[in-house]
Amino acid sequence: MAILLNEHSRIVVQGITGGEGGFHTREMVKFGSTVVAGVTPGKGGMDVDGIPVYDSVIEAVQKQGANASAIFVPASFAADAIIEAIDAGVGLIVCMSEGIPVLELVKIKKLLKESKSRLIGPNCPGLTSPGIGKIGFMPNFIHKKGGVGVVSRSGTLTYEVISQLTDLGLGQSTSIGIGGDPIIGTTFTDALELFQNDRETKLVMIIGEIGGNAEEEAAEFVKNKMDKPVIGFIAGQTAPPGKRMGHAGAIISGGKGTAAEKISAWKQAGIEVVENLAEMGVRAARVLKKM
Amino acid sequence: MKIHEYQAKYIFKEYGIPVPVGELAKTPEEAKGIAEKQGGRVVVKAQVHAGGRGKGGGIKIAGTPEQALEAAKEIMGKKLVTPQTGSDGISVRTVLVEEVLDIERELYVGIVIDRASEFEQPVFVASKSGGMEIEEIARKSPESIVKVGIHPFSGFKGFHGRRIAAALGLEGKMVSELSRFLDTLYRIFMDKDASLVEINPLVVTKDGKLCALDAKINFDDDALYRHPEIKDLKDINEESPLEVEASRAGINYIKLSGDIGCMVNGAGLAMATMDLIKLAGGEPANFMDVGGGATPERVEKGFKIFTSDKNVKAILVNIFGGILRCDRVATGIVEAAKNIKLTIPMVVRLQGTNSEEGRKILKNSNVKFEVAEGLFEAAQKVVALTRNMN
Repeated sequence: MAILLNEHSRIVVQGITGGEGGFHTREMVKFGSTVVAGVTPGKGGMDVDGIPVYDSVIEAVQKQGANASAIFVPASFAADAIIEAIDAGVGLIVCMSEGIPVLELVKIKKLLKESKSRLIGPNCPGLTSPGIGKIGFMPNFIHKKGGVGVVSRSGTLTYEVISQLTDLGLGQSTSIGIGGDPIIGTTFTDALELFQNDRETKLVMIIGEIGGNAEEEAAEFVKNKMDKPVIGFIAGQTAPPGKRMGHAGAIISGGKGTAAEKISAWKQAGIEVVENLAEMGVRAARVLKKM
Repeated sequence: MKIHEYQAKYIFKEYGIPVPVGELAKTPEEAKGIAEKQGGRVVVKAQVHAGGRGKGGGIKIAGTPEQALEAAKEIMGKKLVTPQTGSDGISVRTVLVEEVLDIERELYVGIVIDRASEFEQPVFVASKSGGMEIEEIARKSPESIVKVGIHPFSGFKGFHGRRIAAALGLEGKMVSELSRFLDTLYRIFMDKDASLVEINPLVVTKDGKLCALDAKINFDDDALYRHPEIKDLKDINEESPLEVEASRAGINYIKLSGDIGCMVNGAGLAMATMDLIKLAGGEPANFMDVGGGATPERVEKGFKIFTSDKNVKAILVNIFGGILRCDRVATGIVEAAKNIKLTIPMVVRLQGTNSEEGRKILKNSNVKFEVAEGLFEAAQKVVALTRNMN
């Protein structure tokens, strides 16, 4: 079954007429996604490779039955785009844009609570369910269908781990990049819950990094609510305190959010922590063999 | 983005938050002049971004204008070393000269965005144990710290103020005075897209008034596009020139103390690459994320930046091509090697989109490099290179 995406997912691409939006729409279609509409305000009536473009998300919902959205717009327009998709009742909203002010996310999180929408990201590579489709910009060629769930705060680390799995013949149910911002729509805990309830997923790979306490919250969930095996890696063991390591959310502040704290929380929760990133695939193979 | 105390106090004043009477001095003579004008005791405070100034001798009380001159000379004449600056210290270019208040009590008040899922909103952090750093308060008297979250759609309300006042032990008319004070502070936080507003200490004076003795405001970098007035407050002297140069080119670069220069795409992979170098027994010289949209020009720029660090003895390039194409990275490396006459040995791992083409470009050039297939193999090879030299 995989999670989040299914055969009924009908995707609208917000920002489809932009360079990135157009390119990744084609890649998504190649991967098997059903893209039914695009939205660019002021460009309604156009089409991109036969995909109709509308001025607003609500039109894409009403005319094409869009129920999922991929947002590829510049950061200064992204909060507007997310709230428009929530307002139009889109169930799954995936925002790739990097650099949205954090106070916008504070407000968006509150709006999401009173809506039926789920947000993935922002500042993320999206999600991919091999055999079903993808939303976002993970490279197509690395994936393979199977029973491993992957969830990560980092884009390239997601690719790295997926490749290691695929090279060993281990496929993935769904891979999700949840995003590198301090406040994000879908957290580690949310993703773990989805994987725990997904029949296809046998094992979960979780890739965390320094900053915040999302890893510690995930540890609580794994300890109390999960019976599927979880293998984890934390990036930033050598990161200096007080410095933002690329991602807006990757910062050790006031001595909090260190890799050491997170690793210890995970170990206590029974997560198998891998120290050497290069061994993620091999460790997954070993755990699956024992099952 | 960080600003100086005097700049934060200027913003406070604009909003009506009481701060001590004071002026900025660029020379010790100016400091003396301000002290004469103030007539009486003054405090001379180094204006640097690093915290812990008091511990490093960056804050001095002066009883006379002559003492203010001496204090400013001493502070500006040598590098200031605080627990946050590292042992090299930093230069002090300006000092703030302020009146000395008669203090009854010292409190702590701050606003941050709390990322924990129970909050995910601005949160007031307050304690009656002001004057020491919040980390220290958390260690010594955690029970004195109160956290009050503010819903972004309701904003700051009276009960928020009463709850914080009670925790700070304020009574009578001080309760509503504090409430007004905090309401204004919250408005600054929201108006300016701050990521931190901190007053430590917030003092109650002997005559029963609140005053922000210190002021710290950090801003959300991602929101600066809508605050040109804040952007102008940036003090370039406080930043590492290489990091500024990198950020102008769209590169995330942070200098570290090791000898292996790294170039990676993606923040997570860049951190993990540093970790792998350490695991293989080496020390990374930097964090560098060239990003998903890197052009050959940006790669070349990145090379120039991290190789200008004289400690770098070997280089590791680790690229996982997704959107970023490996052939473009290779082209950038070849150009950089030619233009900066690169002699530092290098290990290259190219994976993903157009990795074969990338390797071919490198092979057909004069660039000397070793290829690595695996991640850990790459780290081990580059560490071995530094060992051979010693």
